[in-house]
Amino acid sequence: MSTAAHASAGAAESTPFPSAKLGIWWFLASEIMVFGGLIVSYLLFRMAGPGWSAELHHNSTLLGTVNTLILLTSSFTMVEVHRAHGRGEEAKFRLHLALTILLGLVFLAIKGAEYTAHIREGLVPAKSMFWAFYFGMTGLHGLHVLGGIVANACLYAVAARPGGVARYGHRAEMNGLYWHFVDVVWIFLFPLLYLG
Amino acid sequence: MFAWLPENVSTFGGDIDSIFRFIYYIVGFWFLATQGFLIYCLIRFRRRPGRRPPYLHGNNLSQAAWILLPLVIVLVLDLWIDFRSADVWAKVKVGGPRPDVVIEVTGKQFNWIMTYPGPDGRFGTADDKKVENELHVPVNKVVQVVLRGEDVIHSFFLPQLRLKQDVVPGRAIRAWFQATKPGKYEIPCAELCGFGHSGMKGWLHVHAEAQYKEWARKMWPGS
Amino acid sequence: MSGTTAAAGGHHGEPGGFLRKYVFSADHKMIARQYMFISLFWAAVGGYFAYIIRWQLAHPEADIPLFGRPIGPDEYNAFVTMHGTIMVFFVAMPLLLASFGNFLIPLMIGARDMAFPRLNMLSVWVLGAASALLLLSFFVEGGPAAGGWTGYPPLSARTAYVGADKGMDLWLLALALEFASFLMGGINFLVTPLNMRTRGMGLLRMPLFVWMVMIASLLFLLSVGPLVAGAVMLLLDRNLGTSFFLASGGGDPLLWQHLFWFFGHPEVYVILLPGLGAMMEVMPTFSRKTIFGYRPIIVAVLVAGALSFVVWAHHQYISGLDPRLATPFSVTTILISVPFALIVFALLATLWGGSIRLATPMWFAVGGLAVFIFGGLTGIFNGSAAVDIYIHDTYFVVAHFHSTFFSALFLAGFAAIYYWYPKMFGRMMNEALGQIHFWGTFLFFLAVFVPMHLVGVGGMMRRIANPGQYEFLAPLSGLNRMITMSAVLLLLSQFFFAFNFFWSMFRGRRAPDNPWEGTTLEWTTPSPPPHGNWPGEVPQVHHPPYGYGLPGAGEDWVPQHRPAPSGAGAGR
Ligand code: HEA
Ligand code: HEA
Ligand code: CUA
Ligand SMILES: [Cu+2]
Repeated sequence: MSTAAHASAGAAESTPFPSAKLGIWWFLASEIMVFGGLIVSYLLFRMAGPGWSAELHHNSTLLGTVNTLILLTSSFTMVEVHRAHGRGEEAKFRLHLALTILLGLVFLAIKGAEYTAHIREGLVPAKSMFWAFYFGMTGLHGLHVLGGIVANACLYAVAARPGGVARYGHRAEMNGLYWHFVDVVWIFLFPLLYLG
Repeated sequence: MFAWLPENVSTFGGDIDSIFRFIYYIVGFWFLATQGFLIYCLIRFRRRPGRRPPYLHGNNLSQAAWILLPLVIVLVLDLWIDFRSADVWAKVKVGGPRPDVVIEVTGKQFNWIMTYPGPDGRFGTADDKKVENELHVPVNKVVQVVLRGEDVIHSFFLPQLRLKQDVVPGRAIRAWFQATKPGKYEIPCAELCGFGHSGMKGWLHVHAEAQYKEWARKMWPGS
Repeated sequence: MSGTTAAAGGHHGEPGGFLRKYVFSADHKMIARQYMFISLFWAAVGGYFAYIIRWQLAHPEADIPLFGRPIGPDEYNAFVTMHGTIMVFFVAMPLLLASFGNFLIPLMIGARDMAFPRLNMLSVWVLGAASALLLLSFFVEGGPAAGGWTGYPPLSARTAYVGADKGMDLWLLALALEFASFLMGGINFLVTPLNMRTRGMGLLRMPLFVWMVMIASLLFLLSVGPLVAGAVMLLLDRNLGTSFFLASGGGDPLLWQHLFWFFGHPEVYVILLPGLGAMMEVMPTFSRKTIFGYRPIIVAVLVAGALSFVVWAHHQYISGLDPRLATPFSVTTILISVPFALIVFALLATLWGGSIRLATPMWFAVGGLAVFIFGGLTGIFNGSAAVDIYIHDTYFVVAHFHSTFFSALFLAGFAAIYYWYPKMFGRMMNEALGQIHFWGTFLFFLAVFVPMHLVGVGGMMRRIANPGQYEFLAPLSGLNRMITMSAVLLLLSQFFFAFNFFWSMFRGRRAPDNPWEGTTLEWTTPSPPPHGNWPGEVPQVHHPPYGYGLPGAGEDWVPQHRPAPSGAGAGR
């Protein structure tokens, strides 16, 4: 009886990939199509409207670069979380997870500061097609960052309990896949929206 | 079926109708073949006690050939439809002949605004005339319409001339036609454009040579 | 691994309590039933709206019986929009993909539940929320969305237009939630068959229905993204004053059409494929013959699925697109008839030489096939860019897509309901009522939608509230009234179904495990299956599905879980 009950977990016939990983991959595939749709639309308009680079100079390359570095670092700390789980290093796991969350928050804070500055200057979404795309794309990306932070925070909450890392630590890999994806999207957005 | 088509009064309408017929015969053949086969099977192979069906899995080439061979015919007919249809499309929609008359048509909720260039044949001059919903053209002449949209998308439809073209804000889309028979034809709007979409229509007046001149004289007296 | 969390085996016992069992259930069978009830509820609403539409078209200024007053053109647009939205997103996808996908995938591949049961539960609740938003949109200021199910901007992008007020925002949000729901569902439909098959169930031994749901989910997953992006842009246009789709601010109305149809065309196959899949299960069983061309069919569907990503502009031939683009899209569009012809021929060949029993599920399946062929063939007229100049946005297109949609959703869908009802609810449906329902549905369907092509040939435009306003449509008024009459009868025929459906649930004959003598795994467990799907071990699989008439076998059919007699079925 009990062997049958676990047949669903270790089903006889399956791909070499764990279900959770497959699930995340399919999810990310659909996400790629969302951002892909936005980016292709942006490129089509950009090619049709050469005047855009002027507006793009309102964006601070410095802040954009800083934010890029922040996200890249956070990807690195996320990898460390996963590694720590593999080695059973609980303290390191929590530390790097907290760092990842923190870096995500800093990213959002900088983004928020940029937003406020733009809006003060009257550079609102309705100002022009560039700003419509800028806010649309970074906004959607920002929501994804926020989602990642929430997912990591949830993981932190369960991992903080005694024995939590051992029980739930494997989830770091799924969170990590998502977090790297969000990072990669930013790598595309940064040159498109900041570098003329 | 083709008895329901409105009478065709344009030069290219006949080409479109003939592709329509051409496809009708091809798909009609497949319709009869497949449905005939289906009904035959339902009658011939209905359940009888003791009957043991053959094991035809169709996974190897010798069996699958039964369905792959007809596919070749489907493919050939497909390409034939593509080629003939592409020619007609190109004739109606790509380029088009040099126009004898050019008229601007602007779609807006819920009217067609016709702008005639007047005797000087140029737009943006003092003798331009705007008329709501009445499009006057000479018979047997190539007419070009420049379609613009003011608010939402509309679609300029001349059923008897087999012409349809969406009108998109921000674009000036050119379409042409050459009417072969004088008369008064409706210009419905074929794209949902709001609560007045139903009933958004104008009239196309195709005039014989003499009447057209007379209409022009009334519009631009003294020229 | 999260697969273990709730995929409880038999030893956990059934979760107790009404709420846990019927409402907050993570059991795929209960979720399937929830989806089915949601979709039937919306089918009744969508059917009622179809009735209002048809009555208005036949008798434009008259009071509409059962509605009480005539409707204006603005309301007409709202009804058409809601009818299309409901039928496509709230009936077809929930019924074919979600309900049957959920019910059958674990049972057919020998799994105890879906890969992610809680995600599954979430998906049905998100659809519930989407349904609530859509219902709410009927009661907000400005009424429900009235921009067509395609929601073309600029009409949908400015709240000032009639029928584009708050109702439109709710419509967009409801669609966004619907997409989210099916993304969650789709991940389950893909991962479960990949990772949860029972021993012996190779990928190429899965019943074709499972393949169809997988491929449909894949198409949905890969096509919906750009439209989600488009929906975000449209919401920004509407609420933050951007101009993605407004020419006045530098945007382009056609961008939406590309984003919509890049999704829209694969979407019609998302609905079609599970319908075809149901036919592919029913037809072998009722002709006691193995499916013809199992592998070629899978290849054909994959080819058609791939092609479906490069045909979208056939909805936009005359939209103002560069006219030189029409011909390439016309070629890809018409080429898609090749893989579909293969599927059609394979199903016909399956019937050939069989021993065909015309019970209700089989009637609906062959009726569905006949109508799909018809609707597919009328698609070729649209596919020719030249002919489409004339028939675009006329009732010819309406007739085309109702033939295809109706065959997938209602004919194949009813085949599926009659076929799997015993497994789902543990009771048989009444056969006599079923046959009456079939003939009523099939014949009145033909009486509605075959003449509708003629209305299209006559030039009648879509989405007009009153054909009486046009002189050139005057010859069509008789046809329109006749179509409406038939549509009323079509709807009335559904009462045979509704009665049968509910009555059988309580009074029907108890269903045996395998009432149709099917060969796939869902027939090896009691009807309805217990929590955990099989009371004991999950059966092991020894050979491909549809083992009818295996040479060398003593009996004329060998279920998948029974070891094949020596030498039999080794061909694959
Ligand atoms: C389930 C739904 C479904 C299905 C299966 C299809 C299938 C097809 N559709 Fe359809 N279609 C819709 C739903 C569907 N469609 C909807 C909803 C719309 C309108 C949306 C709107 O505007 O609101 C639409 C609109 C639509 C248009 C746009 C029309 C217009 O707006 O002007 C076009 C144009 O090409 C088209 C073509 C096709 C083609 C070529 C197929 C093919 O897949 C058909 C292939 C099948 C066969 C051809 C039959 C089998 C083959 C044989 C028996 C062999 C012999 C055949 C030949 C030799 C050709 N469809
Ligand atoms: C799957 C999709 C689907 C289905 C099944 C239908 C079914 C029907 N449709 Fe629909 N229709 C669309 C999708 C669909 N439609 C779309 C997408 C549009 C375009 C919208 C737009 O232009 O924006 C459209 C537009 C449309 C128009 C064009 C309006 C216009 O352009 O002005 C018309 C007009 O006749 C029409 C009529 C009908 C009729 C008579 C039916 C009949 O077949 C209806 C029959 C109804 C039933 C059979 C319901 C049965 C009920 C049950 C089974 C429930 C039983 C209940 C319980 C057990 C609780 N439809
Ligand atoms: Cu203008 Cu419809
Ligand atoms: Cu299409």
